[in-house]
Amino acid sequence: MRTLTYREALREAMDEELARDENVVIMGEEVAQYNGAYKVTQGLWDKWGDKRVVDTPISEAGFIGMGIGASMLGVRPVMELMFWSFHSVAFDQLVNNAACVRYMSGGLCHCPIVVRGPANGGTNVGATHSHIPEGLFAAFPGLKVCSPATPADAKGLMKAAIRDNDPVYVMENTILYGNTGEVPDPADGDFVIPLGKADIKREGKDISLIAHGRSVLHCLEAAETLKAEHGIDAEVLDLRSIRPLDVDAILATVAKTHRVLLVDESKPFGGVSAMVSHLIQEHAFDELDGPIKRVCTIDAPAIYSKYIENEQLPNPRRIIEKALTMV
Amino acid sequence: MSDLNFATSPINQSLTPERKIELFTQMVRIRRFEQAAAKSYAAGEMGGFLHLYIGQESVAVGTISLGGADDHYITAYRDHGHALAVGMGMNECMAEMYGKQTGCSKGKGGSMHFFAPDKNFWGGHGIVAGQTPLGLGLAFALKYQGKDGCCLCYLGDGAVNQGAFHESLNIASLFGIPVIYVIENNGYSMGTSQERSSAYTGCLAQRAEAYAIEWDVVNGSDIYEVRAKTQIAMDRAKKESKPTVLEIDTYRYYGHSVADANHKKYRTPEEIQNYKDNYDPINVFRRKLIDEGVLTEEKSDEIGKAAQEEAVASVKFAKEAPAPTIPDISTDVYWETDNNTEASKIGHHFFA
Repeated sequence: MRTLTYREALREAMDEELARDENVVIMGEEVAQYNGAYKVTQGLWDKWGDKRVVDTPISEAGFIGMGIGASMLGVRPVMELMFWSFHSVAFDQLVNNAACVRYMSGGLCHCPIVVRGPANGGTNVGATHSHIPEGLFAAFPGLKVCSPATPADAKGLMKAAIRDNDPVYVMENTILYGNTGEVPDPADGDFVIPLGKADIKREGKDISLIAHGRSVLHCLEAAETLKAEHGIDAEVLDLRSIRPLDVDAILATVAKTHRVLLVDESKPFGGVSAMVSHLIQEHAFDELDGPIKRVCTIDAPAIYSKYIENEQLPNPRRIIEKALTMV
Repeated sequence: MSDLNFATSPINQSLTPERKIELFTQMVRIRRFEQAAAKSYAAGEMGGFLHLYIGQESVAVGTISLGGADDHYITAYRDHGHALAVGMGMNECMAEMYGKQTGCSKGKGGSMHFFAPDKNFWGGHGIVAGQTPLGLGLAFALKYQGKDGCCLCYLGDGAVNQGAFHESLNIASLFGIPVIYVIENNGYSMGTSQERSSAYTGCLAQRAEAYAIEWDVVNGSDIYEVRAKTQIAMDRAKKESKPTVLEIDTYRYYGHSVADANHKKYRTPEEIQNYKDNYDPINVFRRKLIDEGVLTEEKSDEIGKAAQEEAVASVKFAKEAPAPTIPDISTDVYWETDNNTEASKIGHHFFA
């Protein structure tokens, strides 16, 4: 099978959807003539022109609100936040308008938008540019959130997000943009991964490592070491989609291994892993051989210093250490 | 106030006597509807906020009377006037305020959140200026889809200091978006007068100059002037794909909302009386129509009585309507689950 980078996979998804539906329009800061701050949209403006790929001013509340308004009339904007961290200056639009307009209109309006961009720490840019808001936005009914870890998932989930008739917030990762992986050839058919479907990235029987986004890759690396050095056979479940959430897959892996370690780049208070932990204790309490544990980002604003930044985030060492206390 | 006679502008000369009576009737219906709502609110029969439009009826009726099939409307939380002006029924609107299942938003939105997409009306929005980027987007969509239309996006004078409005103006001008921002200036952002809330030289609309946008000031007590000047802006939107900012001077008789207990403290009784006598858009239009020989006192009374009866009937309808059920809480959240699509069956969308 051919390989693509995570960045190329996202681009291919947008390119295919631009071709499939004339209402799809890419918008954002530097997405067109500059080819994207992280080059995700490289070449799309050359191919599709000003109408379909639109450079916006640095004006997140303005252009995201514009996209929401346009979507109510049938346009399907795919809007890039250069960093998901910038959600805070568009929060009223992202939450009050996108998440609530369908409800407050008694179902008369809908809002088929995608907001995408990187949501990660670990790039030495300090707290304002390192927010990880998957859990924050998943907490709003009306919104959908996904967070791909691999190039194939990035492509498949992006295509599902663009076709979905509700607002979908896709949380990417700058550190993953250059990663390569196998992605099915378009010649072999339309490749879409539905929202709400988790994926077992590694089979195992002794402990379940449940994660999303870059943490999945950390779990896979940790699982290799756990096997090689400690004889522990870890299963890695990639949530992929946060809301809708594949609760059945979570409960199935718990029933298989009876030990659960949740790995989450969010902070410990609230968030995705807190919700998953709640679901497991409510629905699979009797399957557990011990308490559910977590490896989250250490509970402080993201530190700048490159010397310890990666120690604040989940990493294979922290995952292994925690897992060894459990098995 | 202007001395110009806008009754003779082409857009108003083209009005038939029947159409003039219709516009007058719409204004009266809005007033009677809101007076009935105020009574219900005072009686504790409905909750939430109740932001009355009384005194501003010429703006919604005058501007929306110019709209064609591809013209769209969006406003803030003072939305009852626009809702009736686009053709929504009193029953569905009153029932919404009563929180009933037969309300226009099924009792999920309330007074501030009326919608009628089938009549090109996109709300009804509760956050000050939060609707201004949405109006930009509706107009963006019209241009994107090659439609010969524009979007009238209404806001209050208190909204002009919000960042979202300024971001919208910048993009509207930069992209050539056919949106018209209609500032309904009633002089008060909640309890704070314009002088105490906004820094300006001549008027609020003049801020448009900073964004290279055309602007005008309109006397809101004269529906003819409202129509004449809005038509210029709509022509500019459709023929040149350019935005406009209109500042329509108006007045609200009542407080910011009915819950605004202080509204008689920050305004004098004389100020309110002067407005009622000389600037009330319904009184002004009635006098003009009588002078024109289009309307008689008797006909005017008849219209008032019919509107009153319709409003009273809507209260009865609302009171008798069924309340939403507990299962209704969980519908209208996601399009996919409401439509029971394949996508909606994958994963959990809702959590206990």
